[in-house]
Amino acid sequence: MRIAIPVDEKSLETSVCVSFGRASYFLIYDTDSREKVFVDNSAAYSQGGAGIKAAQYIADSGVSALLTPRCGENAAEVIEAAKIKIYKTINDSISDNINAFNEGKLAMLKEIHAGFHGHGGK
Amino acid sequence: MKIAVLSGKGGTGKTMLSVNLAAAAKKSNYIDCDVEEPNGHLFFQPKELVMEGISVKIPYADDNLCNGCRKCMDFCRFNALAYVKDKLIVFEEVCHSCGGCSLLCPERAIFEKDRLIGQVQRGISDNVTVITGILNTGEVSGIPIIKNILNIDGAEKDYTFIDCPPGSSCIVMESIKDADYCILVAEPTLFGVHNFNMVYELVRLFNKPYGAVLNKCLEGENPSEVFCREKGIKILGRIPFDKEIGTLNSNALILARQNKKYKDMFSALLQIVTEEVRHETVTNP
Repeated sequence: MRIAIPVDEKSLETSVCVSFGRASYFLIYDTDSREKVFVDNSAAYSQGGAGIKAAQYIADSGVSALLTPRCGENAAEVIEAAKIKIYKTINDSISDNINAFNEGKLAMLKEIHAGFHGHGGK
Repeated sequence: MKIAVLSGKGGTGKTMLSVNLAAAAKKSNYIDCDVEEPNGHLFFQPKELVMEGISVKIPYADDNLCNGCRKCMDFCRFNALAYVKDKLIVFEEVCHSCGGCSLLCPERAIFEKDRLIGQVQRGISDNVTVITGILNTGEVSGIPIIKNILNIDGAEKDYTFIDCPPGSSCIVMESIKDADYCILVAEPTLFGVHNFNMVYELVRLFNKPYGAVLNKCLEGENPSEVFCREKGIKILGRIPFDKEIGTLNSNALILARQNKKYKDMFSALLQIVTEEVRHETVTNP
């Protein structure tokens, strides 16, 4: 199974990005082969609709799950339409989250926010 | 003549001034472009109300005709479209109604429907035709409403007063676009001067003739007056910081209709503004 995680940097030491739509990169991880691929998030610098564009990429990438600390409602609509499950990350460590996912310990992301759209956020 | 009343900062007296100038004129239009929070109608209490819904065009796709080429998505600068499991998803709040996707679709699979974003209320208050733009709560942009309310034939009226939203953003630009003259309302605070400067730069950018009205004037130095002197901005008039004015205005009463003193004050101001506009039309037609 392949999963996606928004990340800050293109390296194995990177941390999970606090934003989904405006993350710099996505880590696409194959739980069977343990292969890790970093891809650029072309939506990161969109003027608007970054979540939708990023979600479109994730939907097209053929992953089965998205691990993210948060997700906006527009992005979630696209991801859910693609039948991709959204899990909530437990901390900012890539390996902790992958391990937790493999052990079935990650919970589904329940709070889908209405987007910050230039108004910041916590 | 179309006269826009604007100020960078909220609460400087745009509505008070435009309502009273409209009331002081023999026959006029008052157009409330502050569509997020229109309040001019509270003063005028217009009668014979006519309401009209304002809609924007939103795309939708016929899934049977769409072949998933995604040309529409690549075109959309706002990322308002997604395509998942052979279905086009339209994010209506993100769409800016440019119509590009439906024009571009090679399969002619995209059609447009109306989405209501607000309304326009027209009514009469004695000598004033009151036109109010009202944007529904939660909508992103009131510009389609402003385009509608400013598209009036004001020929039979001597004056049209445009009560602008605060600030200097695109919604204000839309409001002053066709104005013959801009009145900048300023209050005597440093914060007020900062925002006054923003609209001053805006009207210069738009090459509009302009003048300032200093509101809430107190004894002593007025930072807005100093600013006008420095920049060579013509001061059209001064309204004192006065308890009676404040009380009447906060009770939604029109000063110029309350007593002769204020009627004369705004009539005199209107006369000055009128001469300025005529002078501008002669020198810069």
